Formats: sequence, C-alpha cells, structure tokens
Amino acid sequence: MSLDLNRKTVTKNAFRITKRRNHTAIRIRVPGGHLNASQIARIARIAEQFGDGNLHITTRQGFEIPNIPFEKMAEVNAALRPLIEELELEHGVKIDNPAAGYPAAGMRNISACIGNRTCPFANTDTTGLAQRIEAVVYPHDFHTKIAITGCPNDCIKAHMQDFGIIAICIPEYDYDQCIGCEACAKACQRKVTGAIEMNGSKVVRDERRCIGCGECVLACPTSAWTRKPGKYYRLLVMGRTGKKNPRLAMPFLDRVNEEVVTKVIANTMAYVDRYILRCLPKEHIGYIVDRTGFNVFRDEVLQGVVLNTEARLAKTIQWPGYNTLNDANLKTTK
Amino acid sequence: MSAYDYSRKEFAAVFAELQKTYQIYGPKRFAGRGRFSDTDLIRYAPLASLDELELAEKSSLSPKSLVFPADETIFHFNDHEFSQPQLKENGEIIVLLRPCDINGIARLDKMFLENGDQADPYYQRRRQRLHFFMIECRESFENCFCVSMKSNTTDNYEVALRFAGDRVAAQVKDHRYAGLFGQKGRAGSFSPEFVSGNDKQVELPTVETMPAEMFNHKMWEEYDSRCIACGRCNTSCVTCSCFSTVDLFYADSRQCGERRRVWDGCHLDGFSDMAGGHSFRKNKGERMRFKTFHKIYDFRKRFGFDMCVGCGRCDDVCPEYISFSSCINKLSRTLKGGSDK
Repeated sequence: MSLDLNRKTVTKNAFRITKRRNHTAIRIRVPGGHLNASQIARIARIAEQFGDGNLHITTRQGFEIPNIPFEKMAEVNAALRPLIEELELEHGVKIDNPAAGYPAAGMRNISACIGNRTCPFANTDTTGLAQRIEAVVYPHDFHTKIAITGCPNDCIKAHMQDFGIIAICIPEYDYDQCIGCEACAKACQRKVTGAIEMNGSKVVRDERRCIGCGECVLACPTSAWTRKPGKYYRLLVMGRTGKKNPRLAMPFLDRVNEEVVTKVIANTMAYVDRYILRCLPKEHIGYIVDRTGFNVFRDEVLQGVVLNTEARLAKTIQWPGYNTLNDANLKTTK
Repeated sequence: MSAYDYSRKEFAAVFAELQKTYQIYGPKRFAGRGRFSDTDLIRYAPLASLDELELAEKSSLSPKSLVFPADETIFHFNDHEFSQPQLKENGEIIVLLRPCDINGIARLDKMFLENGDQADPYYQRRRQRLHFFMIECRESFENCFCVSMKSNTTDNYEVALRFAGDRVAAQVKDHRYAGLFGQKGRAGSFSPEFVSGNDKQVELPTVETMPAEMFNHKMWEEYDSRCIACGRCNTSCVTCSCFSTVDLFYADSRQCGERRRVWDGCHLDGFSDMAGGHSFRKNKGERMRFKTFHKIYDFRKRFGFDMCVGCGRCDDVCPEYISFSSCINKLSRTLKGGSDK
C-alpha cells in the first residue's frame, strides 16, 4: 500500500520529508536549549522506539530524530506529549491539542546561550527569556529565527537571526567608591569599545559608545560599577544565512526592556502577514524588509510600542553582507 | 551592665528611637548590584530601618569605609593656601558589626592612630564618632578563620545584640543607652556567645624572625601566574589600610584643586612604582609574599598581634580561587620543612 501524505500538514506538524523514502524525522523544540536529564532520556526513548536509535542535535538547540517510518507519526506525537507539556505548556504556550504533536514549525526553536544561570558574563537568564518569548510567538507558521544571547559577546550568534536579542546592562558609576585602579578602563579598551577612559584618578564612560556588556562591572574591585536595576536588551534584526544574500543582523533597538522586544516581534508577525509573497513556499523576513524598505518595517513594528526612557532607535540600517552573485569573482588557480 | 529581651517588632521601635540621635550603619543588601547579574551586593551602608539589616550573608566589603573611605579629600588648595575640608555630616554613628570587624577596626586604629607620633586626623575624626553595636556571631560563614586569628571574641562594644528569629536580645554595657533599651523590653540575662570553631583553620608561623630564604622561596612563584592583580583581596579586607594620594585640578582652573587619598593595595599594578620606573614588586608572587608577611608576621612584630582577623573576605571575593588561609598554612608547613605545595 502506497503512502498518501499531505506534505504540508506533515511539515506543519514538525515532521519533515527526508532523503529516505517513506521515512521522516521529527524536530523537537527545546526553547532556550535547556532541558533536564529525564527529558533527554525521554527523547532518547523516542529515538530508540520509533527511529533507529540515532538523534541529531540541531543547530538551533533542538533535537531531530531521523529514520522514523511515516506511519508511526501518531504514536510519536503521543510519546511527545509529556515533552510538549513540560517544555511548552508549562511555560505558558497555548497548544489546543497537545496529544497531536507540534501545531506549527515555521517559528523555529528559540535558541539561547547558557545565560546567567551559569555564565558569569551573562546579563540575564536567557533560558527564562526564551521560554517567555516562546509563549508569545509559538505556535506560528511564518518562518522566523530568534536567538537570545546573554551578553554582546554573542556566543549564540544572534547576529545570524531574524531577531537577535542581546542581553545588556546599563552600568552605573559610584564616583566616591572608585579608586582609579584602571581595571574597567583597561577591560573596556582591550575587549570592548574603549567607552571608558581615565580622567585623572577617576573614569568617564562615553554613554554613546557603551554597548552594555558589563565588563566594567565584572572588573571593578570596589563595586563602584554596578548594573542599573531592570533588564535591558539590544535587538538586532534581519540577519540571515541562505543562498542569496547572507548578512549580519543589525541593531534596530538598544537599551529596550523585555516588553518592547516582545511587542516588536509580535508586531512583525502582522507585518509579515501583510507583505509576504504568497507565491513562494516560504520567504525570509529580511527579504520582505528589503522589499518594503526599512521605514515601513520600522513604522509597522513600532505601532503601539511604548519605548522605555533609556531606549535608542536606529535611524536607518545598512546591513553588511554579501551577494552570492559575487561568486563570479572566484576563479580556479590551475 | 544590663540585658533585655524583645520581640523583633519591639526592637524595631528601639532601633527607630536610636535613629533620632544616631545614624545607624550595618551590612545592607543591594538587590541586583552584585558583580554577576541577578546577584546582590552586601556592603555597609546607612540602614533606614531594622529590616534593612542583612544577617544571612557576609558583606563582601568591610565596614572600614566608615573610618577610611575609598576616596577622601584631605585638602583643597589654590595658588597660595590650602584648607582642610569639613566632614559633610559629623553626627554620631552606631555601626552594627561582628567581632572580627570590631577587631579589624582595632587594627586600623593601630595603623592610623598609634603608628608614629602623629594620629591621622582624617581617620580620627571619623573614628571618634563611631559606636560599636556588636552582632553576636555564633556560627561561621564560608571561609571564616577568625578563631585561628583570635579575633572571634571582643569586649570592645557598647551594646551586643542577638538576632534569633522573631526575638532580639541585647546586652547594654554603656549607661547612655540604658533608659532607651529599658523602656521597650523586658529584663533578661543575655550575654553574647562567640564562635568557637571554624571549618577553616590556619596554623600561624611560629618563627621569631622570618628566615631570609623565605623571601625568595619558590612557594611564592605559583602566584605569579595565578594572581591577576585585580586587588579585590585588598579592597575587601577590613585591615588593608594602604592608600595613594592624587591631586586634581578643578576643570577650568590651573590653580585650584584638591588632594585626595584613595585606597590602593599591594596586589594592584602600580602600587610599588616609583619615580624613574622602579617597581619593588613586579611579580604577583612577590605581592602575595608581601601581603602574607604583613598580615601575619611583621605587623605582629610591631604591634604584638597579627593584622589579619580571619574574616575570609579575601577568599570569598578572589575570582581566581586563591585562598589566603591556605597560603598561610602553606607558609607554616614550608617553615617546618614540609611541602610547599
């Protein structure tokens, strides 16, 4: 009996067409890339029971279990239910029928660096933020990549995403507590932008050059530098890999709060809905922005957004990248 | 001497009453101000109420800033004269602190008031307005080794306080507080206890004179690469009293300015730099040796007791996990001919 599948339904259910005929692979979401050991064991059991015992750690920090016969999809979905409950529903994600597997696959897994649960450099709990954003953006069918990194070092490569969220801090200086040891100025000049300079026996921070990494806070032996209360983010937009025009995401908003970040991403979904080319199977958001222009994107995604007082907004954006048409420059040497 | 018992609420009223006359300082938690994000900073600060007193965790900075601030102007100058600045606030201060820190300030007293024939006036004017209210300390925090340093006990306080759940007990040694403390509480029998053992113990060197070979001993070399000269051990230490002086000129003047003294420390780069580019202790190991000898050897030769009080803050804050208490033990072992590892 030959298989009769609705490919679109299958794909939306997070199963994919694979090279091997009649076999699929399931993609398991792990928002923030963080899970516990018993959840890993559960994923391992699915691979052993329905696949061939192999599994792949995806570039977006999820899991992909290959070599599952298509006819096992319903059973796999049933086995996924506890994972969907623990990794999605418990974090506030609304899924109508969790027994039927994942309801959407367009919105890719939100990846995150390990964040401040472990890393001393991170400015926030990236895992928790990933789980909160998941509750706002998932399920959704538009192809969207979001990643969160705990500091501007960007270990998660937020610069390659449609939305790259960088957790930053706003350093505050206690003049009287500063002993002029130069530790912050040296750290900033060697590792970052040189926003902090010595001024006699004290330091001054050029607020415009500060990227909020927190190196000064980490370096200060007297706690003269501390982080301003609250959580702040730099939001990079429209980076991408791809076959046409790979490019880095660029800062769109800086020193904004979580509410702004979340609202802008949610607004983008409506923007995409309005402008996406429906003749294509999918279209990266960045190409839509290329078509509408930055100003249209900016005005639409900022609708109803109340920027916090510290926020900075990009006047314009030029994305650095290259067009693969330039491959005409590559010549053989033999 | 008298003793009283209170509910916490009753004692909060005593606290509020004291605030009418005194500013009260104690260890205070600053949420989110710690070195790492979402961690807190605990340091000495004025307390708005009893609720702000932090008892669960050790402060990372000591109360020495009350007598020896990180940055203090010592005189203003212009082209022909100079003047000593007034203290902005000169009221009496009650400070709530533990026995190790009381003993720590007693060591600073030696350095600033009794070391040479001139008492340091800047230190003295801050010191003389302090009143010690001792927080009874019956259990060690991590890295404490006060018992080994004999700084776990003291009678140098006006009031001792025990905070136990919803109860507060007070022993009042100074008569000036008797009326106020007697009003709100019931007569009790509290007498403070002191921590009698720490998890961490150190064995102090027993030599009368440090053998010359210890100054160039290879045991210090490991610190050349381990120490990063961040200076946290110095800034967190209650007894580190070194400072540098710096002059600054007011922005639009070439003649008016001020001289300040700011904390400096033997582990910080530049501390021993001299004119002509000389530097006594370039290597971090040499700095570690200098600090160690000062804290547990040469201060004792001058004043009869060790400088280090074993509060363990240097071990708490070192980002490179250098343990000063372990270093002291290593030194003692080496002196006895044992392993310097």
